[in-house]
Amino acid sequence: MSHMIKHDVPDDNEIHIEKKFVPKDLDIDKDVSWAQINKDVLRSLDRPRPIFWVIFFAAMALFSFGVYCEKYQYDNGLGVADLNNPQVWGLYIATFIFWIGMGHSGTLLSALLHIIHADWRKPIYRYAEAMTTFSLLTAALFVLIHLGRVWQFYYVVAYPNERWVWPNFSSPLVWDATAIGTYLTSSLLFLYTGMVPDLAICRDNATGARKKLYTFMSLGWQGTDRQWATFRVTYMTLACFLMPLAVSVHSIVSTDFAVSQNPGWHITSFPPYFVAGALYSGCSVIITLFILLRYVFRFEAYMTMPILNKLIKMTFAIAMVWNYLNLIEYSTVWYGANEIAKQQLLDKMTGTYAPVFWGMVFCSTVMPFTLLIKFVRTHLPTLMVVSIILNFGMWLERIQIITPTFGHSQYPWTWTSGWWPSWVQFGIVAGSFGWFTMLFMLYCKIFPTISMYEVKEMVHDQSKMLKAKGVA
Amino acid sequence: MSLNNLIKNWTSFRSRRPYLDQYKNADYKWAMVIDLDACTGCNACTTACYAENNLPVVGKERYEKGHAMHWLRIERYWGEGESVPVDMVPDRGAQFLPMMCQQCEAAPCEVVCPVGATHHSADGLNTQVYNRCVGSRYCSANCPYKVRYFNWWQYADTAWPNPLELQLNPDVSVRSKGVMEKCTFCVQRLRESMDHAKTDGRLVRDGEVTTACAQACPTSAITFGNLANPQSQVAKKWKNQQIALEKDEQKKDENLRGYRIFEEFRTYPSVVYLERVRDLEA
Repeated sequence: MSHMIKHDVPDDNEIHIEKKFVPKDLDIDKDVSWAQINKDVLRSLDRPRPIFWVIFFAAMALFSFGVYCEKYQYDNGLGVADLNNPQVWGLYIATFIFWIGMGHSGTLLSALLHIIHADWRKPIYRYAEAMTTFSLLTAALFVLIHLGRVWQFYYVVAYPNERWVWPNFSSPLVWDATAIGTYLTSSLLFLYTGMVPDLAICRDNATGARKKLYTFMSLGWQGTDRQWATFRVTYMTLACFLMPLAVSVHSIVSTDFAVSQNPGWHITSFPPYFVAGALYSGCSVIITLFILLRYVFRFEAYMTMPILNKLIKMTFAIAMVWNYLNLIEYSTVWYGANEIAKQQLLDKMTGTYAPVFWGMVFCSTVMPFTLLIKFVRTHLPTLMVVSIILNFGMWLERIQIITPTFGHSQYPWTWTSGWWPSWVQFGIVAGSFGWFTMLFMLYCKIFPTISMYEVKEMVHDQSKMLKAKGVA
Repeated sequence: MSLNNLIKNWTSFRSRRPYLDQYKNADYKWAMVIDLDACTGCNACTTACYAENNLPVVGKERYEKGHAMHWLRIERYWGEGESVPVDMVPDRGAQFLPMMCQQCEAAPCEVVCPVGATHHSADGLNTQVYNRCVGSRYCSANCPYKVRYFNWWQYADTAWPNPLELQLNPDVSVRSKGVMEKCTFCVQRLRESMDHAKTDGRLVRDGEVTTACAQACPTSAITFGNLANPQSQVAKKWKNQQIALEKDEQKKDENLRGYRIFEEFRTYPSVVYLERVRDLEA
């Protein structure tokens, strides 16, 4: 027997010739040890680069300015925003949709990629989900900010009251409030559930007040088999629940427009169009944050270039879907019989708001093609600029949905041109970016932004795979 | 209970035409006819509306920003087309169109209000409950006529300096900032006369009540009344113009002057306009 085995096993030289295996780019360096992962990620809770504080305080300043603007508007009435009779929504609703859209990618992609076992999601899903949560919170702010009587906002909620007055269930705004509330709750739950094993790691390494916080939040996680089994089932169930929910939320937001009968809004393809747009802007923000976090927290070993490359490919694909749906929208209007809608489309492209429209075309339709260039994909500063441009384009897209329609609706007497938002609107929009950045950075400082246990799984699976292929 | 009711009526939420479906045999359906041929564009109706309904005068600066609160506005169109060649416009003047809330039967604003602040009354009015309004402005966004006006400022602070607040109509509330408002067909007058009639055990007679604009119009271009009463002037005019509230039942002669604005959106407006007749010479 021993003779036979000896005969079968070829010598070292032959292995390399016979099993010639060109490995794909590994998502993560295979040599990284588990202790190293803990160390690297926990370090991010400790001391980031100084730029962290620069950004944090800049965001805080922006937020304070936004609060000042809101206070000013609250005291004086919405007139200070320079909204007027046909232009009743302005930047508030446009930015609301922008944030809701951004809030989509995190949870949706995380859940989707989890269900289809795409392992490369593991180092990046945590911060993407956090981004979802905070952008939903920001979006919710806009719902309140744009109300004429903020102090009565709870009328929109179906709460039991002595007068038996219900909200109007046929109004898309009520659907919105319900859908966003549901999505925010489940996203938070999803984020938290996925974080529990990591919080236990934090607990084991923390001292003082943080120890108390992590002990409370890790819910007595010990890493027993039973806990892991329950955890897996729960997490997968939540992922399956969130997938359709996430699609439904932005569809419902789109009904704010599709249900109304204004030209440029009353379009059947709006729900998928909005969902695609949401994913698009969300993905580009994930890229922006990827680059930032990678630099600020020195996550080069985990947020690797192959993962970024996959993210970019996905963004490009979604950008193309969005463009396609955009084209469908315009061509159905163009070839349709509705003269008013056609006029409105022409006005959008050639009228006062043409710069917004063509700006969107440049930023969101032309710019994604630069992602095909290898230099853009690998040179991080360039990529960051591109991803921000894509996102700016998506913000313009929301404006060009809302403003030109109000400026050129059915009734000619109310056509307005040259409407421009006041500094209060811009201030509140800027403040919302400050608020989001501030919350997100606080989160990054308190909770692990990379899923430690899942990166470990990934390293483990990878080395198993490599062994099976005989490389390692 | 309310919830059962809600479930039962779920489908009716989708295409509500309260007067046509729900209150078919109601005693009142307030409606209007505006004869554009008689309208001289004098703005008396607008002024009367300001006085009757406590509308704030916003001033030039805010007017230019689009913050005017004219529930009834006179639109001025310089004609172009077959009946009025462009070069004749200065001699012949503009065409005027008084525009106010059309009190639609299937009102686009009612469907989208999140809190139900705008809803339909049993006498065919599209009402606005100021106390319930949260100011989402969705109703204005969805109104094809754009006749809803939002209180962008706390006008009450500036519009009626002492002693002008004494001129306010005590039957109408002064609206605070952040609520939507619009033409009510002078609902305070309607309710008062309906109450009187009810006390007497009868219906409101034709001509017993009218809106401020109709009352003020020097050329009697505006006729207001109860469409459910076939003897009323309004009902007769609607009938003469072959206009029915239900658009699908309406078989209209093309040569008649009466029309309703944006009928094709199926909003079922309650205001009929009589087209202006113009000849080509002088």
